[in-house]
Amino acid sequence: MAGYIVRRLLQAIPVLLGTTFLIYFMVFAMPGDPIVALFGDKTPPPQVIEQLRERYHLDQPFIVQYFIFLGNIFRGDLGTSFSGQPVSEILAATFPVTLRLAVLAIFFEMVAGITVGLISGLRKGGIFDASALVVSLILISLPIFVVAFVAQYIFGIQLGWFRTTVGTGAPTQDLILPALVLATISFAQITRLTRASVIDTDTQDFVRTAASKGLSRNRIVPVHILRNSLIPVVTYLAVDFGVLMVGATVTEGIFNVPGVGRTLYQAIIRGEGPTVVSFVTVMVLIYLVVNLLVDLLYAVLDPRIRYAK
Amino acid sequence: MKIKRIGVAAIALAAAGALVLTGCTSGSPESTEGASSSAVITTNGNEPQNPLVPTNTNEVGGGKILDSIFAGLVYYDAEGAPHNDVAESIETEDAQTYTIKLKADQKFSNGEPVTASSFVDAWNYGALLSNEQLSSYFFESIEGFSYDEDSELTGLEVVDDTTFTVKLKQPESDFPLRLGYSAFFPLPESAFEDMAAFGENPVGNGPYMLDGEGAWKHNEKIDLVVNPDYDGPRVAQNGGLSIIFYATQEAAYADLQGGNLDVLDAIPDGALSTFQDEFGDRAITQPAAIFQSFTIPARLAHFAGEEGNLRRAAISKAINREEITDVIFSGTRTPAHDFTSPVIDGYSEDIPGSEVLDFDADEAKELWAQADALSPWTGTFQIAYNADGGHQAWVDAVANQLKNNLGIDASGAPYPTFAEARTAITDRTIQTAFRTGWQADYPALFNFLGPIYGTGAGSNDGDYSNAEVDQLLDEGLAETDLAAANEKFQQVQEILFQDLPAIPLWYSTVNGAWGQSVENVQYGWNSVPLYYEVTKSE
Repeated sequence: MAGYIVRRLLQAIPVLLGTTFLIYFMVFAMPGDPIVALFGDKTPPPQVIEQLRERYHLDQPFIVQYFIFLGNIFRGDLGTSFSGQPVSEILAATFPVTLRLAVLAIFFEMVAGITVGLISGLRKGGIFDASALVVSLILISLPIFVVAFVAQYIFGIQLGWFRTTVGTGAPTQDLILPALVLATISFAQITRLTRASVIDTDTQDFVRTAASKGLSRNRIVPVHILRNSLIPVVTYLAVDFGVLMVGATVTEGIFNVPGVGRTLYQAIIRGEGPTVVSFVTVMVLIYLVVNLLVDLLYAVLDPRIRYAK
Repeated sequence: MKIKRIGVAAIALAAAGALVLTGCTSGSPESTEGASSSAVITTNGNEPQNPLVPTNTNEVGGGKILDSIFAGLVYYDAEGAPHNDVAESIETEDAQTYTIKLKADQKFSNGEPVTASSFVDAWNYGALLSNEQLSSYFFESIEGFSYDEDSELTGLEVVDDTTFTVKLKQPESDFPLRLGYSAFFPLPESAFEDMAAFGENPVGNGPYMLDGEGAWKHNEKIDLVVNPDYDGPRVAQNGGLSIIFYATQEAAYADLQGGNLDVLDAIPDGALSTFQDEFGDRAITQPAAIFQSFTIPARLAHFAGEEGNLRRAAISKAINREEITDVIFSGTRTPAHDFTSPVIDGYSEDIPGSEVLDFDADEAKELWAQADALSPWTGTFQIAYNADGGHQAWVDAVANQLKNNLGIDASGAPYPTFAEARTAITDRTIQTAFRTGWQADYPALFNFLGPIYGTGAGSNDGDYSNAEVDQLLDEGLAETDLAAANEKFQQVQEILFQDLPAIPLWYSTVNGAWGQSVENVQYGWNSVPLYYEVTKSE
């Protein structure tokens, strides 16, 4: 088990190097000089541009810039944004917020998705199943910004149940509405995945065996059906974590959540290479860790899975 | 210069003409005297793009904060007229050497006195090449300034604690008008010990000050409280200011609707047609000091000399500005009548030659034919723009009108990003006409003309050059009387109407609204609300 974990972590190193290189290259390849853009529609004197390019190493070839960046990272220096703020500080301020948002969203979509999916699967073809399918279809087809605006308008402005945007320090109660909105992206997927999986498991031999042994339905459903149906759902959740980070860009903008998505978006617009790459690196790192955790979770759900050689 | 990058698109979508302007502003400040309150006003802002050092801030997000926590020599009222703030007097006899006297006993919020050196040192810091300040070129007209090496501003001389003199390289009559701009704010001595730390927790001398260390919560907000040491004319009528940073205008607008925000100075596109109904007399639309145009460089084929002038005039006459501002911007921009902005002192709608801005398809066709007689037209006429700025709709509309009214092939040429478009424009690789805009740094006619149309001027992206224009600009600068100077600048515009180095399109407007609990909201000439005047019921 420990060996498996170490091996997985070592695999992360080339992945990280590869992604940072690619991201850095893409930011670098973005056309246009970010320094020129800092001046808006006005043209600064060429000397001023030159100086600033030098300060951010933008006058160097791409590969040199990349190695300067890498070297700094090894010294624990993630660089500074154009606003003079250390990128490490921005990371420390924004990631916890987005993580809380994502975890809340996952919690909502899991509770709602698995519950609805389970009931649908067990009562296949019934009214509940049919309406759940329709609702999930609607949610799948709605773009997230529509859901977000509607939710903000109805629950924030009209009913006043939630703050319209997230307040200072992003208190968790302010994050509930954006998390619910975020959860709608994957709620439908999880419902359908759970439903299909439950239907599939329900017809398996071991379920019939359990039933013929005289076990009550109350025991068969959670222990035999649900547990075995969750493996594909858990796999999906790992992937979903990445989707949530992306979806957060839109949601964070609409609810003004001071998180990763919003900050990353602004950094990309401003062409702040180091900020963008640092953010993406941390995102990749989190993604890798979450996937590792999910893989380890399999063993809990299905004891037949073993990680030792 | 204050750039409103994301804002430009939105501000730009605002409404109303010069006439509406005066009618729309809220109750006059006089009516509130004595009615001050201690409630904190919340308003919208953006995370400052740079540390809060006055000479390194050139965008609205940071500028709004600096204007509140610093007091310059002068400040601008809602109409853009300068009044003394820290200055007792600013005098000159030749528009080249200025003697500036400060009011006595002024203090920074850390207790340091505001002296002549506070200004001289700050300006020297801002101008020094190796300090890499974004606004360093604001000092280029002061003697001693250099782009090539570190050099002291020798034109600045401290006479005594409250007096200093400024000697310029050449006469510039609008120099005093600039002094309310943030680049010219003073700095306390403590700032120079560690400018990075200062930029994080700036200490100013204005009506407000930071609410303690760490009041700037990055990406979230900045909290300002009233500075008890400030005794200038901009007395705060409220208990402080909480500037909340929004990533989108939609979020800010939702907060205003939801009652979490008091004063808003940018209405999102989607709400432009409804916000006036929703907020009634708590909504405002007024022209901004933002001029929109597109530039046709003379280096393009068929656009040099006489032929070029005929073609530019034809293009200008072929554009129906009223229709575009109505249809595309739902009446939220004002068709241009000159090269400046209606909020600037000296503005006139009736400059000789401005008829070239009136839509007249027949005459346009005829002018185009005259140009064809000199040299037949070939190719496509294209207008470049940045696709990330909401410009496509109007560019397409203009191209269509040119197509229909001149019978030529015309289209937009999108650049994916603002950075890319600006880079192509500054390094002159662009081979088409391109969108241009100008937001004034300070309320003066010259600021709309000199930096853009003077030969070799900083933002002369079309490389326009006209000896007569240069001379008139110089003459205007040399006048010590502003009215006389403005007369020269209007003569410059007469020539510009003949040459059309840029085709004027429309002025942007600022759209704003405020909540029920606040009163006395006025928006300044630069579209930023005069926060110190706002009162709030508790």
